[in-house]
Amino acid sequence: MNFDFSEDQKLLQKTAKDYLEEHSPLTVCREVLESDAPYARDLWKGAAQLGWLGTAIPEEYGGAGFGYLELAVIAEEIGRALAPIPFASSVYLASEALLRFGSDTQKQKYLPELASGEWIGTFAVAERPGQNGAEGIETSFAGGVLSGTKVPVLDGDVANFAVVVARSGHGSGLSLVLTDLDGDGVEREAIKSIDPSRSTARVVFSKAPAELLGEDGPGDGAGQTDALLDRAAVLMAFEQLGGAARAFESTLEFTQGRYAFGRPIASFQAIKHRLADLWCEIELARSNCYYGAWALSNEDSELGIAACNSRISSSHAFDLAGVEMIQLYGGVGYTWEYDCHLFYRRAKLLSVALGNPASWKDKLITRLLESRAAAASAEARNTDD
Amino acid sequence: MDFNDTPEEAAFRAEARAWLESNAERKGPDDAPPDLLGERTDSETVQRAQDWQKKKAEASWACLTWPKEVGGRGATAIQSVIWKQEESKFRTPPDIFGIGTGMCGPTIMTHGRDEQKKRWLPSLVTGEEIWCQLFSEPSAGSDLAGLRTSAVRDGEDWTVNGQKIWTTGAQFSDWGILVTRSDPNATKHAGLTYFVVDMHSPGVEIRPITQINGGQGFNEVFFNDVRIPDANRLGEVGDGWRVAITTLMNERASIGGGGGAGSVNELMKLAADTELNGKPAIEDSAVRQRIAEFYVRSKGLQFTGNRTLTALSRGTTPGPEASLGKLVGGKLIQDMAAFGIELEGFCGSLTQEGLAPQDATWQNRYLGIPGLRIAGGTDEVLRNIIAERVLRLPPEQRLDKGVPFRDVPTGPPSK
Repeated sequence: MNFDFSEDQKLLQKTAKDYLEEHSPLTVCREVLESDAPYARDLWKGAAQLGWLGTAIPEEYGGAGFGYLELAVIAEEIGRALAPIPFASSVYLASEALLRFGSDTQKQKYLPELASGEWIGTFAVAERPGQNGAEGIETSFAGGVLSGTKVPVLDGDVANFAVVVARSGHGSGLSLVLTDLDGDGVEREAIKSIDPSRSTARVVFSKAPAELLGEDGPGDGAGQTDALLDRAAVLMAFEQLGGAARAFESTLEFTQGRYAFGRPIASFQAIKHRLADLWCEIELARSNCYYGAWALSNEDSELGIAACNSRISSSHAFDLAGVEMIQLYGGVGYTWEYDCHLFYRRAKLLSVALGNPASWKDKLITRLLESRAAAASAEARNTDD
Repeated sequence: MDFNDTPEEAAFRAEARAWLESNAERKGPDDAPPDLLGERTDSETVQRAQDWQKKKAEASWACLTWPKEVGGRGATAIQSVIWKQEESKFRTPPDIFGIGTGMCGPTIMTHGRDEQKKRWLPSLVTGEEIWCQLFSEPSAGSDLAGLRTSAVRDGEDWTVNGQKIWTTGAQFSDWGILVTRSDPNATKHAGLTYFVVDMHSPGVEIRPITQINGGQGFNEVFFNDVRIPDANRLGEVGDGWRVAITTLMNERASIGGGGGAGSVNELMKLAADTELNGKPAIEDSAVRQRIAEFYVRSKGLQFTGNRTLTALSRGTTPGPEASLGKLVGGKLIQDMAAFGIELEGFCGSLTQEGLAPQDATWQNRYLGIPGLRIAGGTDEVLRNIIAERVLRLPPEQRLDKGVPFRDVPTGPPSK
């Protein structure tokens, strides 16, 4: 049994952690939260210089040529630091979309720029409240131009280009298309969100020039969106895990230093038991995250199920950690001055960023039923032999 | 990162499997799952269990991690887990030796004198003698060190009076590990002494306890002027708590495995076969949400088990963090059982054979599971262990510290 990261991967994680402790203390997150700055530009440059943006991009496209296990440990540290940079949009979504579905020409054009951090990419799927995937898309792509409104688009105000889910008339009726966000026919504005330490935009396309992602457009935009969300879900789950662990550790420290009734509040069972329960949730999330990382790095057929597990477990752990953090800090936890709300906000942002937990739970049951049906018919075939 | 054995582990697994193939039958898909809280075991089953243990011991497949000198195999912890994984795939009698081999033996090895090790360990390995654990009392469960069974020195012997409870297998055990209060004037933890007691001694009386599910896995054990030779003492007089901690650490070292993944499968099947509002329940979104949550938790437990095995494989001993499996798993199985019953609607109340859906699996589990959340450390004790020993939070302030035991406040006697 070797269900753990390797020593090299742990060393990479330690390096990332050390770097972020020095260059991304919570004051950096807070600066973005409190200003109009969409993200921490210096930190983004640093992440690019360290090669993090191209971790899973092959060397031929300007990346570091590592795998998803390496990307996962970096994601955990990005999450731990609440790093205010467009890492998820550019790395888990835009880069993955290109790697997985892009034509070689598109890969040649975009991936080196993504790996170097010169370009920021994002993924635009959302259009309306209640949406959690590629359902009900109205944005359309025809004759080489894109029209429609995407909201919210994470980092849509700063990204250079987007991978957009649009109705195309091909196959399922949906396709992924690539469009330049600085070009003609694109209007975008930053909009307010629950977590202003990450930027969110509304992007309006009015006959914006665009091209299908991939050579001739397989027309399976719905399936591609699902596949992309699965991959991003595993990586984002590590971010959520890192955030949850940091919130938890801060709460442990605070409750031991805070005295009431003549003793540290962490000595009361009412507090201890909540912390023990929270620890359990974070450990379960970690275990499910490892499962996701294993499936992603092996391109295993269980990836769809593992992604659901990682996402559901980590979303729950980070949400709970944020909620408990404020509650256990007490009054000061509710102040702007204390950092609790940074975690509380980020947790909620991430828990809906790739579709809400309920949608992932539903997806999980669908996939379990499919996998069972497949296993049963395989068994029936074997029995026939 | 993978789930594979190392080459050495794979070779060991193959060796274990080969021996099992030629000495036992493989389980079929319809074999009943193992009992969660052991039902009362009849003498024929005890004999079969002893025969199997002896067979294993002769081929060095019993007490794998113990040294060869006392009948073990000198194997590593991960090898022991691999053996258990393989053995669980075969039809074998219920394991009535777990307390002896998992808790009593390791305690004797740590605290016993040479002649005690020679006397007790070999017959424990071969299953010729069966052991039980006499720790809990009616007024001392989670607060084990509050036990009151008294031991008074009398020449070369001790005279023991009092009552133990929740003793699994007492009715067929030859020996028991017993913690007593030898000095009520000392502070709570300082006045304890640890013995090995011959369960066939005059004055030992065993009464079965009937559980809420009708099962009788436990006993009450009464001690009426039972004489124990001083030679059967483990550790020094007054040092019983330290010895007991060794036993308890070994109890918790057993690894929580599956985490109810099998139960989620059964629940999905039930939801597919049961209708809710005129369509299969599995198409109902509330049902899907709940089952998904169960699945994610059960897989979380399974993969946490895999992480623990990885640590074992690298030679690390699991510590108090292993409490997670029982804490999360107990509640999870209870929640799933409650949900299974509710899915069955009106018929969810049935336990009648032939009429109850899925052979009353959920009803039986629902009635059995509260015991699991109490036995071997209640949920609340496990949370304290996690908080104090894993997270290093300060201990609860207490009223029984530094006070002679006889002055520790107690409630009225329980009925």
